[in-house]
Order: sequence, then C-alpha cells, then structure tokens
Amino acid sequence: MSILVFIEGSEGVLKKSSKEAISYAAQAGSILNDQEIVAVVLGSYDESILSNLGSNGATKVINVEGDVFAENQIGVFSDSIQGIMTDNDIKLLVMIKSSFSDNIGGRIAGKTGASVVSSVISLPDVSNGFKVNKSIFTGKAATTVSVNGDIKVLIVNKNTVELQESGDIAPVEKIQVSSDIEVKIKITGKEKAEGDILLEDADIVVSGGRGLKGPENWGIIEDLAKALGAATGCSKPVSDVGWRPHHEHVGQTGVKVSPNLYIAVGISGAIQHLAGVNSSKVLVAINNDPEAPFFKAADYGIVGDAFEVLPKLTEKIKSL
Amino acid sequence: MKILVCITHVPDTTAKITFIDNNTKLNESGIQFIIGPYDDFALARAIELKETHGATVTVLNVGEANTEPTIRKALAIGADDAIRINTAPTDSMYVAHQIADAIKQEAYDLILMGRESIDYNSGVVHGIVGALLDIPSVSPVMVLDIEGTTVKISREIEGGKEFLEVELPIVAGCQEPIAEWKIPNMRGIMTARSKPLKVVEPVAFNHSTETVSYENPPEKGSVKLVDAENAEDLIDLLKNEAKVL
Ligand SMILES: Cc1cc2nc3c(=O)[nH]c(=O)nc-3n(C[C@H](O)[C@H](O)[C@H](O)COP(=O)(O)OP(=O)(O)OC[C@H]3O[C@@H](n4cnc5c(N)ncnc54)[C@H](O)[C@@H]3O)c2cc1C
Ligand SMILES: Nc1ncnc2c1ncn2[C@@H]1O[C@H](COP(=O)(O)O)[C@@H](O)[C@H]1O
Repeated sequence: MSILVFIEGSEGVLKKSSKEAISYAAQAGSILNDQEIVAVVLGSYDESILSNLGSNGATKVINVEGDVFAENQIGVFSDSIQGIMTDNDIKLLVMIKSSFSDNIGGRIAGKTGASVVSSVISLPDVSNGFKVNKSIFTGKAATTVSVNGDIKVLIVNKNTVELQESGDIAPVEKIQVSSDIEVKIKITGKEKAEGDILLEDADIVVSGGRGLKGPENWGIIEDLAKALGAATGCSKPVSDVGWRPHHEHVGQTGVKVSPNLYIAVGISGAIQHLAGVNSSKVLVAINNDPEAPFFKAADYGIVGDAFEVLPKLTEKIKSL
Repeated sequence: MKILVCITHVPDTTAKITFIDNNTKLNESGIQFIIGPYDDFALARAIELKETHGATVTVLNVGEANTEPTIRKALAIGADDAIRINTAPTDSMYVAHQIADAIKQEAYDLILMGRESIDYNSGVVHGIVGALLDIPSVSPVMVLDIEGTTVKISREIEGGKEFLEVELPIVAGCQEPIAEWKIPNMRGIMTARSKPLKVVEPVAFNHSTETVSYENPPEKGSVKLVDAENAEDLIDLLKNEAKVL
C-alpha cells in the first residue's frame, strides 16, 4: 500500500509549500512502515519538474494530463484524485493546507467516507491507534485527534515538517483517470497580480499597517521586500480603505501565512492579525510605540519610526 | 429561491482560549460567543439577495441548546427561520452529514457557509456537503451574484481572483468582501423572538475522528530588541542567530 500526496501547481509551476506534503508523507511513511510515497500531479508540467519531486521524498510520481486540468477546478481535481485513490486502494491521502486543498480534501472525504483532519500540525502517533495534533482557534490552541476511519485524509499546515531536498529523482508514470470527469463550473476569467511573489507561498513576508499613514508610503515596504525577495502583505484596515489590494490582507479574516520570516511594520499586533501569522518561524515587529502588542508576540523588535528604520534595513541587505 | 446559511457558534475573536476538566473541555467562562465571522459574511450576503431577488433565508446550526442566542442573533439580522440540529458538532464529517440531511429534506437552492469556522479551522464542511449531495462547492467566494439559475462568482485564488459561473444548486464558502457584516436593529431583535426555530434530532452517523485532549501552545519567550539607531544589526541577527536569511 502507498501514501498518496496531492501536489498543487499552476501554469507549469508546482507550489513549493505543497511539496512539504511529500516530506511529511515520507516521515509518516517511516512511522507507518509504508515506504511507498506517491505524489500525484494533475496537469501539464515539465518532466524534470515532476521527477524532481523525488528530491522531496516521493518514490513515484503519477501525472495525469488533460485540458480539464488547465485550471485548478475543485470538482474536477477532487473527482480525479478520488478515482486514483479508489483504483489503487489508497488509505492515506496527504496534502498541504491551502484555500484550494481544503476543498479537495473535503470533497474527497465526502465521496469516500474518509476521516478528514485539517490544520494538522504533527506527524501521526501510532502507539495507540492513529493520532495527530491539529491547530484550532486559529493557532490559539491545539488538540489531539484520534483518526478512526479506514481511509484517512490529512490536510497538513505548512511548516509542520522541514522540506526535504535529497537530490533524488523519482520515476514518473503518466496515467489516465478512469472515472468520468464532469465539468460543472465554467471559468470565465482570471485576474492575477503580475510578477508578485505569492503571499501564501513566500519564505519571507514584509507587511505594512496603518502606521505607514498612506498608500504613497508603500515604497519603503516594497524596497525592503524586493531586497529580501519577499512577498508584501498588510493589515485589514489597510486593505479595507484600499491602500493595498484585498488579497494582501493577512490575519484571521484574510490570508494565513507561515513564512520563515514575517516582518510587521507599523502594525499594532491585534489578536486578529496575529492569528494569521502565528505559525511563522520568526516574527519581527517594527513599531514606534514600545507598548504595541506585537512586541509580545515577536521574536525580534525595533522600537522606532518605520520611515527611518526601513531604509537602513534595505541598505544593509543590499550590501550583503 | 430558498437559501440556507450554515452558522457556527464560536468564541469571539479576542477571546482567550483555555481548557478545563484535565484539558478535555473548553473553558467557556467569561467567553462571549458570536456567529463565526465568515458565516456572518455569508448571512449578510443572503439577506442582500433576499432584498434584491426575493428569497427565504433559513439559518442552520449543528449544536446544543447553548447556541440558541447566536441563532436568534442571525434571525435578528434578518433570517426568516432557523433550524438547530441538536448535537455537539465535534467532527467535520459528522456535522456535514447532519447538514446534508437537512438540505435533502428541504431542497435549498443556495447553501452558504463560511470559508472556515474559527474554532476548528477546517475549511472542509462545505466541500463534504457538496460531495454528499453531488452538487458543486466553491470556496473561498468573494463575490456572489445570481442571474436566473446561474450563480456568478469571484473566488480567491493565490495572488488574485478567478471568475466563474455555475448552475444552482451549489454550496459556497464565503469570505470578505462578499458583503458587509450586518448589525441587528431594534425591530430585528424584537421580531427575532417570534420567528420559528425548529429543533431537530441528529441522524445517526458514526464519528470518524475523536478529540482526545486540548492544549495551549507554549508561552513565547520575550522579544529581543534592537536599538533603532543601529537598526541594521537586526539583519545580522536574522542571518546568524535566527538563520532565516
Ligand atoms: C472579527 C474581526 C476580524 C479581524 N480580522 C483581521 C485580520 O484578518 N487582519 C487584520 O490585520 N486585522 C483584522 N481585524 C482588525 C484588527 O482588530 C485591528 O483593527 C487591525 O489589525 C489593526 O491594524 P493596524 O495594526 O494596521 O492598525 P493600528 O492598530 O492602527 O496600528 C498602527 C500601528 O502603527 C504604529 N505606528 C504609527 N506610526 C508609526 C511609524 N511612523 N513607524 C512605526 N510604527 C508606527 C502604531 O504605534 C500602531 O501600533 C479584525 C477585527 C475583527 C473584529
Ligand atoms: N456546527 C456547525 N453548524 C452549522 N454550520 C457549520 C458547523 N460547523 C461548520 N459549519 C459550516 O461550515 C463552514 C466551514 O467549517 P469548518 O469546515 O469547520 O472550517 C463554517 O463556516 C460553517 O458555515
């Protein structure tokens, strides 16, 4: 039996964070004595991109090509993966949590009757049954869940395991999906922020809050982000008033990010903002108010004026 | 058009979360419960659609009797009637089966949910319900309009949005800026008391997951401050100490 891993991508590029699911499955595999880790990719990708998933821990890659996979369609993707699971008698499906994969995991569980656990933050513990830890209350707490179904779907939070990169290559098998794929949704258009680094997938995020006073001041955020190769984010009031686009808003009601480094500039640190960043590895707060709540959550901080501090940081990065 | 809005009853976003009974139960003392913020967006859009298109709006909660004040609030905001399925909502699959069963009884055209609950943060119930009923599910939905039997949606995708069209019935997981949260007015609060709230017993279905215990994350160590005068030192710390650059 093997562990199936769903890998997300779009337009010929596989999502980096999504590959963590393979490393998770590989580690879970050694716990479960299940060494066959099959990564499934739907859509057209370069052969080398696919075989390189071996580096992350895949022992085999299944690739299904077809025009129906040109867009990330919830129904089409979930039906196809469910078909692969049934054909191969798969009992464990792993994926990294995202606004797309939640849908896939949910629908597959609905169709297969699988036990589904989302926001998983630990490897399975099989000392007594099958247990995982799951993040709840938007990172304010966790719970240990016993997963009892014969078929299991785990939707794992980013940063749960380290992305493994061994340099290995995996064989790629092209397959057809046996089940009929019915397309019920018509995609009529797309609007993408050009050239930006994806916020959800970024290793480093620089975010600005109301402390920046206006959209015309975003240059210092963008300069620092550019020097760091980072994505830019913002607090909710900033996108509410239109200083920045809605999809940049980080927090409880916005994007949840888990980068290695999150730099918050002129953001007070309201609990709803912190809820979206609390699984980042390192948090930095830059704020001119020493009492700002963000300093209680941050690993590093600078009490100072963003307009003076940021250019210094950008200079220093550029000089490295 | 018959719209069903599925709402959760959750601690307010600023609530401090602690546990009692040997970490097996949420400590509810001092906690204010609210309609889940995403569910509140779904409800607000449902009320708007009712005003512009004519519709009945039913709210549904899977929960025990203590959730009724939250359900009443949804009625005060403008829902016409409510259903409470009388059981503890402890497992996504279990909850989804309850919701799907209620939908089968009444044939709703549009089922609105939140993109995720802020207690379990699973984001899966809409997908499961869609699959159980074999109808499309879409999430996270930022714009939702109806033209005849066609739903026009803008969905958030990473770094942008996607526009799509789909025929009713569907399940949608909603998020901002689909509509502005609505606050109940006095008249709404008065009429909410007399609106029907039907309590139904759950359908039998095995729980496929079980909560063993809860825990709070370890306390964060204190922040390391860098003097603003020497702000650039931060970069050295991030590179050499934190090793994130
Ligand atoms: C249900 C609910 C959900 C919410 N969801 C979210 C969410 O998802 N995301 C989110 O962000 N918010 C959310 N909020 C809003 C949240 O409560 C806060 O209001 C918001 O995060 C504050 O944004 P801010 O930090 O940019 O602004 P403020 O709180 O106004 O903070 C501005 C900060 O900038 C500092 N500052 C000012 N000038 C300078 C300077 N020159 N240099 C450096 N620092 C400076 C100030 O000291 C202050 O700390 C939500 C609220 C509710 C009720
Ligand atoms: N107990 C419940 N009662 C009614 N609706 C629910 C319940 N739990 C979840 N939902 C709906 O499903 C959505 C997603 O929940 P979840 O999958 O738990 O993140 C929520 O935003 C609600 O709309």
